[in-house]
Amino acid sequence: MSSLAWLIPCALAIGGLALAAFLWAMNTGQFEDLDGAGWRAIANDDDRPLERPPTPEQRS
Amino acid sequence: MGQPLTISGSSSEPDCAVGRACPQTVSLAIENMHCGACIATVERALRRTDGVGEARANLSARRVTAHYDASRTNVQALIDALATAGYRAAESVEQPDDRDASRADDLLRRLGVAGFAAANVMLLSEVVWFGAVTDMDQTTTDLFHWLSALFALPATVYAAQPFFGSAATALKALRLNMDVPISLGIVLTLAMSLYQTMRGSHQVYFDAAIMLTFFLLIGRLLDEQVRRKARGAAENLLGLKALTASVVGAGGVIERMPARALRSGMKVHVAAGERIPVDGRISAGMTDVDESLITGETLPRWVTQGSEVHAGTLNLGRPVTVEATATGSNTLLAEITRLMQAAEQGRGQYVRLADRASRLYAPAVHALGLATFLGWMLAGAGWETSLTYAVAVLIVTCPCALALAVPVVQVVATSRLFGKGVILKAADGLERLAEIDTVVFDKTGTLTRGEPTLRNVAEVPDAVLARAAGLAVASRHPYAKAVVRAAEQRGMAVIAAPGTREVTGSGLVAPGPHGEHRLGSREWAGAGKSDERAGGLWYVEPGHAPVVLDFEDTVRTDAREIVARLRKAGYEVCLLSGDREPAVAGVANALGIADWRAAVKPDGKIAAIEDMKRQGRKVLMVGDGLNDAPALATANASLSPSSAADISQTTADAVFQGEVLAPVLESIAVARATQQMSIENFVIAIGYNAVFVPLAMAGYVTPLIAAVAMSLSSIAVTVNALRLKGRTLAVTQARRTA
Repeated sequence: MSSLAWLIPCALAIGGLALAAFLWAMNTGQFEDLDGAGWRAIANDDDRPLERPPTPEQRS
Repeated sequence: MGQPLTISGSSSEPDCAVGRACPQTVSLAIENMHCGACIATVERALRRTDGVGEARANLSARRVTAHYDASRTNVQALIDALATAGYRAAESVEQPDDRDASRADDLLRRLGVAGFAAANVMLLSEVVWFGAVTDMDQTTTDLFHWLSALFALPATVYAAQPFFGSAATALKALRLNMDVPISLGIVLTLAMSLYQTMRGSHQVYFDAAIMLTFFLLIGRLLDEQVRRKARGAAENLLGLKALTASVVGAGGVIERMPARALRSGMKVHVAAGERIPVDGRISAGMTDVDESLITGETLPRWVTQGSEVHAGTLNLGRPVTVEATATGSNTLLAEITRLMQAAEQGRGQYVRLADRASRLYAPAVHALGLATFLGWMLAGAGWETSLTYAVAVLIVTCPCALALAVPVVQVVATSRLFGKGVILKAADGLERLAEIDTVVFDKTGTLTRGEPTLRNVAEVPDAVLARAAGLAVASRHPYAKAVVRAAEQRGMAVIAAPGTREVTGSGLVAPGPHGEHRLGSREWAGAGKSDERAGGLWYVEPGHAPVVLDFEDTVRTDAREIVARLRKAGYEVCLLSGDREPAVAGVANALGIADWRAAVKPDGKIAAIEDMKRQGRKVLMVGDGLNDAPALATANASLSPSSAADISQTTADAVFQGEVLAPVLESIAVARATQQMSIENFVIAIGYNAVFVPLAMAGYVTPLIAAVAMSLSSIAVTVNALRLKGRTLAVTQARRTA
């Protein structure tokens, strides 16, 4: 029984990490171009993601 | 660094002070970006352009986003740079897509949470199941149930919001939709499980509730993504089609420019069959305008000088000049939005059908659930067992498979056609395409490339060519466009002849100082029959000898093969053309079409098609010209190439892109397969319900088994539909009705 005390939190932590990773991937736009991503991997170009458009405060 | 003068959005030209950096972002739709190598080419072409900081292409959306400095370059320069690299681009319309994207993101986030909770709850549930046959004591079981509740309750309440929201909206309007029994099933399962957990019993089904939510969300998300992709593709097409305008400059010189660059007071030339690109007032000419998109009025409105016209309406009659009053992205955006809504309404037929069905189905589901509950109560099973069985019935009757059966096939068929360059516009287009047994082709622009060139350009004097081009610029007819191109290639400025009128199917006429100038077919233009040379167009001017303009137009590369394959599959192939006999005969012989008619006027095409329909034949019309629009509307189903006049594209059920005719064959094959698979899916879905509903009512199905079985049936119809994606389809034998 005592093993449950740490096994259950472990399972939860792993699940939680997966959820966090998924939400991170979503919010950083990893799912935006599923067709293009595969091709970019084999291209030789200097390939950087597009920065977010500058806000008016940053421009001034 | 100074403050920018205005903070403008991506879709309007910014006002920037000269000499100051003015960073802007633009999203461009690119028509022919198909492969991985294109990404690099497109991005490099933009980065090399002066003033562009960064560019990133999205292959799925066929778009590229670029940061640029508005004080050094403009959007048109970017479009030109892409044109040089071989890509057709236009500024895309952002807002609707953004809204869709956030809706899809929202569903995905809820799906992620539901997936996380479902995995953990299943982990705990399985322990309890196995514990039930071993030595697990009551305390451990309770602990696991409480842990399940801890995950399932908040996760389900959060993840199932889309269903609860939709159900609440329906109930408020005193209606029932399919989300009502779904929500009821989820809420009842959660409430009952919570109660049983508190009592320390075994009837706990948190796993069922969260799994059901998880699978339902997958269905919703797939549906949303396919819609979004379809809408994006349609938007790209519209952006490429509708966003250029012919501006009449000083001295009547006509210049093509993006509609976004239009300013109030500019004069815009709108050819017959073209969409009016801007809100404005007619400053020259008179015509009929189709305003059905805006007002819903199907009869065209007659407008004369001084009348107000709106962006997005179709010019049906003669070329006119419109003076812009309101301009900018607002009117164009509004136009695109209207077009999208029109398309959505068309596509919504199935949704309406599903809604109507669910109005009958949902009460039946509730009645069955209630009957199960009361039946078991009367049989003395106790209210807890009775409620469990009733919930199982509610879940098992969730008609996801039935509701998915037809739409999922349509979705797969539509996306397969998208991949082949066919954009389906009418919701019931596939059904009607599947029925056809006769294919009627137009010649110019359909069987042929529709980009004829002036063959005898060397024989035509400069002055004649310039005057002919002045007439021709008013028309979208391929010959007319070729005349204008030839004039432009000689470096002439094309000046529109005032008062030009297009006589559909015959030619163009304009008043002159000594009488009418005509550009059109030989008989109509009055060139007489003395000259035996086969001429495409004749230019006749009082006091001058008629001049023949001779064109050549090449047949699409695969036209012969497509016609042969259609005939082999038992379809009757017909050629109806407004063109003169020798040209039509030449093409018909080259392609092996025995049934052809030349010099057919638009009403003649309608009559011919009506005649075929009277004989019990189902006709597919493939055509592109202004004169084909009525015939497209008359036929049972219609296809139009993307090079067609706006009015034809508006009428046709589907639009195909590219240089080949293969999409015609593909559309028919996919439509036939779609119909067959829809029937298969109906059988699967109904068979599943026929088996599981009695079992659930008899109490043999727990809510968890019901949730799994329900998901399995949805997966079965989806997998069946997905077979359509990769399969090689042959055109099967045409259905004979006679």
